[in-house]
Amino acid sequence: MQDFKLIGFYLGKIIIGLAFTMIIPIIIGIIAKEINPTLDFLITLLISLLIGICLTKLSKTDQDLNWMQGMIVVSLSWLVACVLGAIPLSLSGHFKSFLDACFEALSALTTTGLVLVQDLDHMSYSHNLWRHILNFIGGQGMIIIALSFFIKGTSGALKMYVGEGREEKILPNVINTSRFIWIISLVYLCLGTLALAIAGIVEGIRPLSSFFHGACIFMAGFDTGGFAPNSQNVLYYHSLIYEVVIIIIMIIGAFNFNFHFQIWLGNRKEIWKNIESRIFFISVVLIFLFVAAGLSKLGIYQGILPFFRKGFFHLISGHTTTGYMTVYAKQFILEWGNLALLGLICAMGFGASSCSTAGGIKMLRVGIIAKALAQDIKRIMLPEKAIVIQKFHHIKEVFLDDKIARSALMIAIAYLVLYSLGTIVALWCGYPFLDSLFESVSSAANVGLSCGITDAGMPNILKITYMFQMWAGRLEFMSIFALIGFAIAAVKGR
Amino acid sequence: MNKKNNHNLSLKLIFLVALLLGSCIITEPSFAQNFSSSELINNAKQMDGQRVIYKGEVIGEVMIRGDFAWINLNDGVNAVGIWVNRGLIKDVFYAGSYKFRGDILEIEGIFHRSCPEHGGDFDIHADIVRKVESGKNLTEVLDVKKRNFIFVLLGVLCLVLILNLLKVK
Repeated sequence: MQDFKLIGFYLGKIIIGLAFTMIIPIIIGIIAKEINPTLDFLITLLISLLIGICLTKLSKTDQDLNWMQGMIVVSLSWLVACVLGAIPLSLSGHFKSFLDACFEALSALTTTGLVLVQDLDHMSYSHNLWRHILNFIGGQGMIIIALSFFIKGTSGALKMYVGEGREEKILPNVINTSRFIWIISLVYLCLGTLALAIAGIVEGIRPLSSFFHGACIFMAGFDTGGFAPNSQNVLYYHSLIYEVVIIIIMIIGAFNFNFHFQIWLGNRKEIWKNIESRIFFISVVLIFLFVAAGLSKLGIYQGILPFFRKGFFHLISGHTTTGYMTVYAKQFILEWGNLALLGLICAMGFGASSCSTAGGIKMLRVGIIAKALAQDIKRIMLPEKAIVIQKFHHIKEVFLDDKIARSALMIAIAYLVLYSLGTIVALWCGYPFLDSLFESVSSAANVGLSCGITDAGMPNILKITYMFQMWAGRLEFMSIFALIGFAIAAVKGR
Repeated sequence: MNKKNNHNLSLKLIFLVALLLGSCIITEPSFAQNFSSSELINNAKQMDGQRVIYKGEVIGEVMIRGDFAWINLNDGVNAVGIWVNRGLIKDVFYAGSYKFRGDILEIEGIFHRSCPEHGGDFDIHADIVRKVESGKNLTEVLDVKKRNFIFVLLGVLCLVLILNLLKVK
């Protein structure tokens, strides 16, 4: 009973936090004179406040969370946020079912970017902005919001912070770490929106509209979400400048917040020394060779500029797990060819940095696994008595021991299993292998690039599978395992 | 006399046929066909470089780039970028959004699956633009059910807060 009380109390606080974020679309709705959309958000705000207040009052407690409870609060809060976030979307009339609205909300929260929205080009400003705010909230982490503003210094804070797929503390205290993440993000938000707004104005978009597009694209780009205000995604802008700015934003967003902190402190050497930045650079170069070879064989893009704007853009979009697109979904399968697609699938699967807004296996783990493999090969090649020491640099020098390597390998295997799960379900639904693999990796690694499977007409079982993949991939499994364990224990009456 | 008339008639017929053929050659008959966005995407390789007719609603906004402009036309399934001389779209007043239904245009031009001029974009370079239907304001009507539901929720919320205050006292 105490477990339920504690979980309910913290969940209530997080729901109240989420309710307050709906004030932003309400203000936009009032400014833009959008009557019914404003009502949609008022309804959701009131429902969220009611649930949040009831939960906190009914399960009021002074006790602190243990690891298990912290993890469960995190996994449940993401599901509750998905349902509450889906209410205004569903009320907008742009979704064929409530499940579709939940899919969109979870896709936004987990920064995946796969969409089921209908007639996006006629969506209200407030609903459209809400999709991007969900991207931003999810990318920063709902727990980060709660820790920053609603939860006072408790050791339970650390458990929830870790449960959200972040292991690194930038500052000694997780609450200060959360606040720092917010400060970084808000500074980038202002700069990024301004840069995109200027690019938009230069490219012929009206100033006010350009700021709206800039804010939306920044929120979804920096948080590696991949949503855009129009149905054509980034192709809508037909602009090289816009694409270049987006590439920069995606790369900045894909890097570890701890890495940002070091750069802010003036420690520029970290750019060249950090294992994540090194692996990211190597991976981008190698995979681009794959993509370029595949595309040039088919001869679809002639010249350097088309190669950059299509090949390189999508590689960065996939690798940073953002999912911005400048081609139509079906073009991937119909025109890109197997080799280029395989490169893109690898990039999506690897993902970007740990403790960032990106998904996938993560560069740190890929680097650790590669180093561990090199260590083992050295051990075999050198005399038996030789001591092989392997180090890597990630903010500080770290000795690579078996525990670190095993932990990285475990999570990497869990991701591979998750990628396989979606592929098998899509194959069972009758989709071809490469399409199934592409879409599955995209959803599980929270990327959002689509080859055309994700559509309002796809089977519900596949929608639910992708939703599970997005959720599990974003939280990096531990919280999900804790929730499953708790549910089994509750059923058994323990 | 009859022979002369017949001769004149055949001369006239020959002249008419020649005139028809001549006009066909001078006006370069358009073989463009109507295509939907899905047909263009699914058959992009075969259609590349061909003259096409495409119809859709102007969405978002017209982006002026020098003497030309980009408009995005949505045919209900996908939106396709159209590169057009800005002089041809002087009649475009409405672009589709939450508050407006955009003008419906029918354009004719060359389709590119990866336009070399525009960084590999999937686009159509239009040289003929016809406004098929004018756009309009979409008037919004207050949803009374939603408004009433808000009052109910506000009432429940107030009740919960009052009960909580009483409990504290």
